[in-house]
Amino acid sequence: MEKELRLMKGNEAFGEAAIRAGTDGYFGYPITPQSEVMEYLMAEKPHERTGMVVLQAESEVASINMLYGGAGCGKKVMTSSSSPGISLMQEGISYMAGAELPCVILNVVRGGPGLGTIQPSQSDYFQSTKGGGHGDYRLITLAPSSVQEMYDFVGLGFEMAFKYRTPVLVLSDGAIGQMMEKVEIDAQVPRLTEEEIRNNYPWATTGRYKGRERNIITSLDLDPARQERHNEALQRKYREIEKNEIRFEKIGCDDADYLFVAYGTSARICQKSMQLAREKGIKVGILRPITLFPFPYAEVEKMAEKVKGILSVEMSAGQMVEDILLAVKGKTKVEHYGRMGGIIPAPGEVVDALEQKLIKG
Amino acid sequence: MAETTIKSEIINPENLVYKKTDLMTDKVLSYCPGCGHGTTHRIIMEVIEEMGLMEDTIGIAPVGCSVLAYEFMNVDMQQAAHGRAPALATAVKRLMPHKTVFTYQGDGDLAAIGTAETIHAANRGENITIVFINNGIYGMTGGQMAPTTLPGMKSSTSPYGRDLGMMGHPLKITELVAQLPGTHYVTRQAVHTPANVRKTKKAIRKAFELQKQNVGMSFVEVVSNCNSGWKMTPVQANHWMVENMFPYYPLGDIKVDGEIVENN
Repeated sequence: MEKELRLMKGNEAFGEAAIRAGTDGYFGYPITPQSEVMEYLMAEKPHERTGMVVLQAESEVASINMLYGGAGCGKKVMTSSSSPGISLMQEGISYMAGAELPCVILNVVRGGPGLGTIQPSQSDYFQSTKGGGHGDYRLITLAPSSVQEMYDFVGLGFEMAFKYRTPVLVLSDGAIGQMMEKVEIDAQVPRLTEEEIRNNYPWATTGRYKGRERNIITSLDLDPARQERHNEALQRKYREIEKNEIRFEKIGCDDADYLFVAYGTSARICQKSMQLAREKGIKVGILRPITLFPFPYAEVEKMAEKVKGILSVEMSAGQMVEDILLAVKGKTKVEHYGRMGGIIPAPGEVVDALEQKLIKG
Repeated sequence: MAETTIKSEIINPENLVYKKTDLMTDKVLSYCPGCGHGTTHRIIMEVIEEMGLMEDTIGIAPVGCSVLAYEFMNVDMQQAAHGRAPALATAVKRLMPHKTVFTYQGDGDLAAIGTAETIHAANRGENITIVFINNGIYGMTGGQMAPTTLPGMKSSTSPYGRDLGMMGHPLKITELVAQLPGTHYVTRQAVHTPANVRKTKKAIRKAFELQKQNVGMSFVEVVSNCNSGWKMTPVQANHWMVENMFPYYPLGDIKVDGEIVENN
């Protein structure tokens, strides 16, 4: 069957993907620059299209706890927000990681700290990949760099979330959320019936069907020995994720003397920067991490052995660069170039930074 | 020393006059002797059993003394972050409207940190049942001042008594939620005497029956003692509750069939 093509904003694509993926519930709270997700969903009447519940909560705190409740029942649930709202959700995300509940969370990042700005930024990398809430946990973090990926990562996110029983974060930014591109739309995935949920997710609290033992969703265990075992099990799961789920894209890396490492909007800018650099005779390639946790350490290390220098390009003060440094282990020179506060770097200034920091430096 | 006789015939099944519901587990309750939590747990579980709702019930436990409610209540349970039980219950009920969903929350959980979730779930008219234990104190953390602590009442964070000028007023959140059009049945009960236990059970049964009719939120406050937190014996605490808590938190129906009860 021929795929349906549409011209959509990133945020709208995320909303349409939510319906198409057979999501049971979306719970959210308005915040710029992602409000189009819930606006799109409300306008589409998903309760009529698939029976999906869309609810505007009283806060991000309530939204994430609605996800906890819904995910505890084995339902496909999701929310979207932007940086300050995602900060408010950290407690709930930690609880969901602890209680091993699947969900998909979209962060359309804006500049911080504090109320910051409504313009795009990538300054939530640490919060996303190192565990933004309390306790030892990690979030699978997917970084879309196109509207198509905003769409695709809903389905992929749910697949991973349920495979590992863990929250999945889609780490986008204001530029990807707001820009329009063509999107290939999938066929509708049906929502699971209660019977399917009972069979697929025997841990879910759907009621003691036919008198089965009760199910309990909790992150609490006051016994330190059992709590340590639970933590060890979580860590084994994160190692398993690191083994199976690393995703990245390489562009122009075969003959590269230098390497840009960039995700999301920065990776898009670096494509133009790469072209400009090559016109000047500088052979540069791009490694674009698609999963930020798990981070493609091995691939970055492999590239470090081939190139004369790596420039981490991020719209932040330099967060991902720390993971690059961990990966490179001193095998090549690593520098960071970034803009903050909602400024998107121009392709030319990235090339300038490459020349100044790595080639002449 | 008096001779102890084991009257084996009283434990014969044919002589059974009282049996705990199977919907209470055999786990030893973590509550202090004399506390109202155990009785209220049992009442809720009896109602669920009597109404045949076991297969369709999901309960939400709070943070506080009853954080471990899921250890004792033998139905599917979720444990919520502090104050967020109504948000969990909202999603559970919206995603599975034919289920029976209840939250079980104390005053710190429901009326302080979870005030927004309580008010908004009530105001949206979520078809859930909230059972609210009000003992005027934070029991689990060691007797600190709660939003419902009475004027002048001593706690570990109001050691000279609650000073209204400095610490604000006790929050009558039950009267507050009764004002919201999303609530259908709002009542305040207690479990310190057999007669009150029976009334509370009736109220909880009514709350669950109304939930089946999808008429909006049903909200049952149970004023309870906290002998440990109040630093009293259970008997003293019950007397103190009658003399001090009931005048401020009067028992009885506050809203019935969506209408505020006059002269309450």
